[in-house]
Amino acid sequence: MTLAEILASLFPQGHAVAVREGLVTGTGPFGDGPMHVVGIDGDTPLGVDGALVLSRAVLNAVRTGDRAPILVAVDSDSQRMSRRDELLGLNECLAHLAKALLLADRSGHPTIGLIYGHTAAGAFIATALATRVLAALPGANPSVMDLPSVARVTKLPLDTLEEMAKSTPVFAPGLDNMVAAGAVHVVLDPDRPLGSQIRAVIDTIEAEDVRDRLGAERGGRLVAHTVAAAVADQARLG
Amino acid sequence: MAGDRAASIDPDALSWYEATARQRVLALTDPGSFREFLPPTERRMSPHLPLFDLPRAFDDGIVVGRARLDGEPVLIAAQEGRFMGGAFGEVHGGKLVGLLRAALALKPKAVLILFDTGGVRLQEANAGETAIAEAMRAIVDVRVAGIPVIGLIGGRAGCYGGGGLIAGTCSRLAVSEGGRISVSGPEVIETNKGAEEFDSRDRALVWRTMGGKHRRLIGGADAFCADTVSAFRKAARDLVGRAPAFDLDTLEAEQARLEARIDRFGDCRDATDVWARLGVNDPESVPAMDTDAFAETVARSPEADHDAR
Repeated sequence: MTLAEILASLFPQGHAVAVREGLVTGTGPFGDGPMHVVGIDGDTPLGVDGALVLSRAVLNAVRTGDRAPILVAVDSDSQRMSRRDELLGLNECLAHLAKALLLADRSGHPTIGLIYGHTAAGAFIATALATRVLAALPGANPSVMDLPSVARVTKLPLDTLEEMAKSTPVFAPGLDNMVAAGAVHVVLDPDRPLGSQIRAVIDTIEAEDVRDRLGAERGGRLVAHTVAAAVADQARLG
Repeated sequence: MAGDRAASIDPDALSWYEATARQRVLALTDPGSFREFLPPTERRMSPHLPLFDLPRAFDDGIVVGRARLDGEPVLIAAQEGRFMGGAFGEVHGGKLVGLLRAALALKPKAVLILFDTGGVRLQEANAGETAIAEAMRAIVDVRVAGIPVIGLIGGRAGCYGGGGLIAGTCSRLAVSEGGRISVSGPEVIETNKGAEEFDSRDRALVWRTMGGKHRRLIGGADAFCADTVSAFRKAARDLVGRAPAFDLDTLEAEQARLEARIDRFGDCRDATDVWARLGVNDPESVPAMDTDAFAETVARSPEADHDAR
């Protein structure tokens, strides 16, 4: 689905969500109140400037105190790779955006990520992965790094990696693998209205971070949850 | 045994950059106080590296445990940059996340994270990426509970990729000259955008753009340390006592701080341009300044000290 189709399905009565230079901000009517929307469209890389536009929108939403849901819709590239972005502290700006979303969640705004295109690396962590619950639409393509780049770094032939990817979801890009890892909670049905599906996601939201548990249940990240629990147990026992 | 080994390490003489993760932990904390969780004897190794014919480590490249700092209880995690570049794999990430979650129950005086990482371990990328998101959320929970999370950065792998984002989530950061904080590493930028954008072999450019001095001058880190464990220990003790709250006011202040930085320096091509605009008299001299001279320069930088993190 395109962003326009998503917004039309979510807000059949219309909305005030705009896209400027690939950055999505605005609101639409959702149930008895508004829904805030922020995001990235068009496979746009996320740099220092864009991160601060989005964090400003999130903090403004928190400042209203309306406790309305915040949808983080993402079709992005990775973080913007440039000398200027790193000179200006891209790590601070991306972390700031993630912190704004985590603060919003703690302040009573349900935060829902929705990936509908590409997303990768630092842009993924700062946006969709900083929400309470992450949904996806079929065709979404989240990744940490594409396989040709993995091939360069690991010095393994691409066809070998492609063969390994079939049996080992833990390193391979793609939606199914991110679902298996527990990073993506749920895949939505594009043929049904999105509003009721998003509402259902919000209603079943859990307080704790369940991603490592989901990864174990789904078989894509079998040991992370056990390891984290073992550390916490040993810490408690002193 | 841990205590004996700690006693044999002189924190004044030990280079942070050269030390192993385990040496850093033992020399940083009170002698004999460190107790490790999931120690190497338990052999919680990566289930994925054998697929790539790569060697494994009994601790998966991260040491986690509890200790005392000046008699106060702390939780501590230290990445080993010499194993897989300190990268976040499934077990590695799970250990950090577990430690942060334990902090909510144990309520230590602080959580210390000794970063030394190139980012996500590509052989287990999805697990590493997700663990970074989990760690950031857990840090926010810990900070909201009033427990400072202090990052210490001065290892040979730097603090790159998702490590840079986790660092940006901490309450306070201490960095040394050798510490580099960045999202995209020099080689990543060069590979994707060309050597005209970033020449990764130009080491002086790397240090100027991502190194500890630049980060400290623009407020990307809160303390600058000489490259010794005792300097980091002193910085950690100081930063624990002045950690900002995690709330809307802090994040509004950080928003204003970062917007002002981009307004002021957004057209700068090089770090020396930024430093000149900060009022540094002789920007070219910054890389060669010793710690004392640099401290005087930092004291005159209007951007260096703040509670907006």
